[in-house]
Amino acid sequence: MIPSDNSFNDNKEGLNFSWLLQMAWRDSRRNRSRLLLFVSSIVLGIAALVAIYSLGDSLRDNIDSQAATLLGADLQISGNRPVSGKAKQLIQSLGTERSEERSFASMILFPKNGGNRLAQVKALEGNFPFYGDLETVPASAGKTFRHGKQAVVDQTLMLQYEAKVGDSIKVGEVTFAIAGILLKAPGQTGITAAVAPSVYIPMAYLDQTGLMQKGSRITYRHYIRFKPKTDVEKLVKTIEPKLDAADLDSKTVQRQKEDTGRSFKDLTQFLALVGFIALLLGCIGVASAVHIYIREKLNSIAILRCLGVKGYQAFLIYLIQIAGIGLFGSVLGAALGSVIQQFLPFVVKDFLPFELTTTISWPAIGQGIGIGLVISILFAMPPLIGIRKISPLNVLRNTADAVKLERDPVTWLVYILILLFIFGFSFLQTKNWIQALSFTGGILGSFIVLTAMAMLLMWLVRRFFPASWSYLWRQGLANLFRPNNQTIILIVSIGLGTLFICTLFFTQTILLNRVKRSSSGNKPNIVLFDIQSSQKNDIMALAKQQGLPVNETVPIVNMRLESVNGRNGAQSKSDTSKEQSRRIFGREYRVTFRDSLTASEKLVQGKWTGTYADPAALIPISIEEGFAKRNHISLGDTLIFNVQGAMMQTVIGSMREVNWAEVQTNFLVVFPKGVLEDAPQFHVILTHVTSPQVSARFQQALVQRFPNVSIIDLALVLKVIDDLFDKIGFVIRFMAGFSILTGLVVLISSVLISKYQRLQESVLLRTLGASRKQIFVITALEYFFLGTMASLTGIILALGSSWALATYTFDTEFKPELLPVLVLFMLVSALTVFIGLINSRGILSKSPLEVLRQDV
Amino acid sequence: MNTILNLQEVSKIYQSGDHALTVLDKISFTVEAGSTMSIVGPSGSGKTTLLGLCAGLDRSTSGLVELHETRLDRLSEDQLASVRNKYVGFIFQNFQLMPTLTALENVMVPLELRGEKNIRPRALDLLDKVGLADRGHHYPTQLSGGEQQRVSLARAFSNKPQILFADEPTGNLDAETSEKVVKLLFDLNKEAGTTLIVVTHDLDLAAKTQRIIKLKGGKIISDTDTK
Repeated sequence: MIPSDNSFNDNKEGLNFSWLLQMAWRDSRRNRSRLLLFVSSIVLGIAALVAIYSLGDSLRDNIDSQAATLLGADLQISGNRPVSGKAKQLIQSLGTERSEERSFASMILFPKNGGNRLAQVKALEGNFPFYGDLETVPASAGKTFRHGKQAVVDQTLMLQYEAKVGDSIKVGEVTFAIAGILLKAPGQTGITAAVAPSVYIPMAYLDQTGLMQKGSRITYRHYIRFKPKTDVEKLVKTIEPKLDAADLDSKTVQRQKEDTGRSFKDLTQFLALVGFIALLLGCIGVASAVHIYIREKLNSIAILRCLGVKGYQAFLIYLIQIAGIGLFGSVLGAALGSVIQQFLPFVVKDFLPFELTTTISWPAIGQGIGIGLVISILFAMPPLIGIRKISPLNVLRNTADAVKLERDPVTWLVYILILLFIFGFSFLQTKNWIQALSFTGGILGSFIVLTAMAMLLMWLVRRFFPASWSYLWRQGLANLFRPNNQTIILIVSIGLGTLFICTLFFTQTILLNRVKRSSSGNKPNIVLFDIQSSQKNDIMALAKQQGLPVNETVPIVNMRLESVNGRNGAQSKSDTSKEQSRRIFGREYRVTFRDSLTASEKLVQGKWTGTYADPAALIPISIEEGFAKRNHISLGDTLIFNVQGAMMQTVIGSMREVNWAEVQTNFLVVFPKGVLEDAPQFHVILTHVTSPQVSARFQQALVQRFPNVSIIDLALVLKVIDDLFDKIGFVIRFMAGFSILTGLVVLISSVLISKYQRLQESVLLRTLGASRKQIFVITALEYFFLGTMASLTGIILALGSSWALATYTFDTEFKPELLPVLVLFMLVSALTVFIGLINSRGILSKSPLEVLRQDV
Repeated sequence: MNTILNLQEVSKIYQSGDHALTVLDKISFTVEAGSTMSIVGPSGSGKTTLLGLCAGLDRSTSGLVELHETRLDRLSEDQLASVRNKYVGFIFQNFQLMPTLTALENVMVPLELRGEKNIRPRALDLLDKVGLADRGHHYPTQLSGGEQQRVSLARAFSNKPQILFADEPTGNLDAETSEKVVKLLFDLNKEAGTTLIVVTHDLDLAAKTQRIIKLKGGKIISDTDTK
């Protein structure tokens, strides 16, 4: 007799894990190549993550081992005034060896060809760097240039002006022989070299250059070497109050290590997020493939259920299979990532202030495999969950019931888990829940929009199906919406990849256009600064002589802030309740005076006072609102400025909003007329040149006659932005490439997986007399529709997001360049068709009988 | 004799929107242990649905289904799976072998599920009895239809079921092969003393059983003993 009802809850034959493993293994036997295909989608994503994590680990190791050479000394003390008195004595008492560097922006001139541009001049005294070298060609130049009238010049400048070692370079009034090409200095990166290339000169000649005049913005750095094993951190803590009092900053090797580490952490975190998107795309591929796989397995599962396998056991058999291939794919991805890692130093070399050596990072590999395993299981779970509900009755019915996943509430739980995983991952990267939420929301939003677009496309094709078109076109179109179509997965994956690449391209265009626009028409495009009062009229005359307009001359007075509402820097610092930063006191202010607002300014609070008329009253000044907000100062606050020893009692009379994007001289603090006219000052002149030739001629004349005057040429700014984008863009494109490639892998696997389903239909068509050419056309048309729709959707989304960026973030007009976008569109579409056809060739090349005989 | 299967007033109604389709209408009968019976009737008469209910593959809309005095409607899906594994064997028209398992593995699965040890010789013995001792390592696609059904027979008897359900066991076979398979089915059944319920169109096959129930429109129109 059959036992009573409850005895079937037995455990005796319950979860026999080894049997489940055995069944999973046996069942996978005839599907392994297909299972591998599913998992290929996540390989690239895991590879990207492992490569980035390994890079992060290598960076940390390298920073640790090369920390001293990043700073070049044990301690760096810096300020923007020459040290004197007690501070000087203090510095001279420190360490066993000291070196001083004074650096400032100045025009340099190559007399050989008249080439000139703004560079970072660094006058050096002593043997800095104490650790590492100024890397030069020839190698000895980094040391020998200090012994004569010689300079070492950044390779960017040397290349730009076709200069050679032995040529001359003029800095201010002094012409130096170029002793060597500077390849690398402590802490310098490819990016800093592109923005502000350096020229090192011996300190002994600095005075002779004539560039050390009042008003010049010079950074004074003192490098100090201590006896080995000195606790520099501890020492700095004891001298910090004295350094603060003298407005000096200090940086130890430890702090440099932390700063460098932090900035690279940001970089690797950003890249990890980009890599993670590729992984997510791959996971959608896995989910889609598993969905098809399980549908094909319905009958096998129903047989097992008939033979007595319980719902959860059947579920576990396939879960084990998916976990197995997830693990295999992750291991494969981790191995590939470790190989890719070897190339990453080349990709990020412009961001690195040191030579990067890479080693295999086991923690990174472990992390990558763990993430791959978890995420492939999570994404495969929605179709897997349905297995529990597969009825054994399916065995008796030839029409296997489709598993209705959406009706299973557990599926929603899985979706929530997936979102939590994405959020958790991004939170671990950013350590900022708002950013993590934005990332998760952004991903979810993009997926939803792309999925909605795909569904809309399918609906439109079905709704407005062109019944009068030829059979081949109708068949190709119908493939977009019929059962087992790949429309959603392909539009999401390829669309997202296209969206990345396209948005990046548009953002670059927006930024460049914004700079170009700011110099269009008669707007100034050359800024001359550091002009002494005595030089002003001569320079204006020179401009006039060359036929250039003087758009604006602006006086600038340097001053320091002594107190805010009666509290000075020291008092402010000791009062922890006050959030005012020490920086508000430590810095030097460049202030102008005028009686009206400029075109780039808008009064937002208070009353603008153009002229100071009442000597008994406080001087009403105007402050930029962002600066006020950052430093917690408001309308009516009293500020005392020290102008070369003279104290100016002021009150904040108004707040201005400033558009910093305009090529204008913009100021944080503006004085009214009638106060600073007699104070020591220098001037800025803005002019407009009509062509590069005119610009070169004017700049040459200017540098020859007024070597202390610096020039910002907007053409140079454009070039620098372009260079920067090239460098940053390369890294982003490299990472976005993983998404595109994943999209293609998903495409390949989708095509191959759906091939099994299409095979029967194609065989039927061929049996009924369709030619190979006709099947080829149907297949080509299907992938043409998919490719064009996917890339078009990505491009439309990129246009939308770039328009929003341009309008709301950069406040500029968005005029997309259409030709490159068209090229991208055609490329992605053509690639999709190509891959579709390549992978479908099996259907075309075999005879119908051959296929019918196989186990389809 | 003991009653192994008891159906009382069993109905199966499918709801499709506002429309209700009655596939089985108040069916009642009992089956004695060790007996053989066939269910015949035209297509759409409810034969396969009835078999599904008897074997615990499906649930009735109303009425009582007792398999060896156990009410199947009171068991969960997983408990039903246990019942099938321990006491029920199946043979299907489409053989329903696992395509990814070899013939031997297909026969072994029910025994493995029961957690039994040393099952390989038993499975090989069964394959031998159906004349396929040398084909154990072949996959279903490498076997002919008749061979597949013989593997299916070996699998059905492997867990020594108390009751065996056969759904059109010869429906996909030619006459000659059918004859061999039917002979094998009845021989093995006799040897094991199993209750056999066959659903078929084939009246010759039905005539080989002790009792025939004829269905039409979801109702029993006749219930006759053949012997």
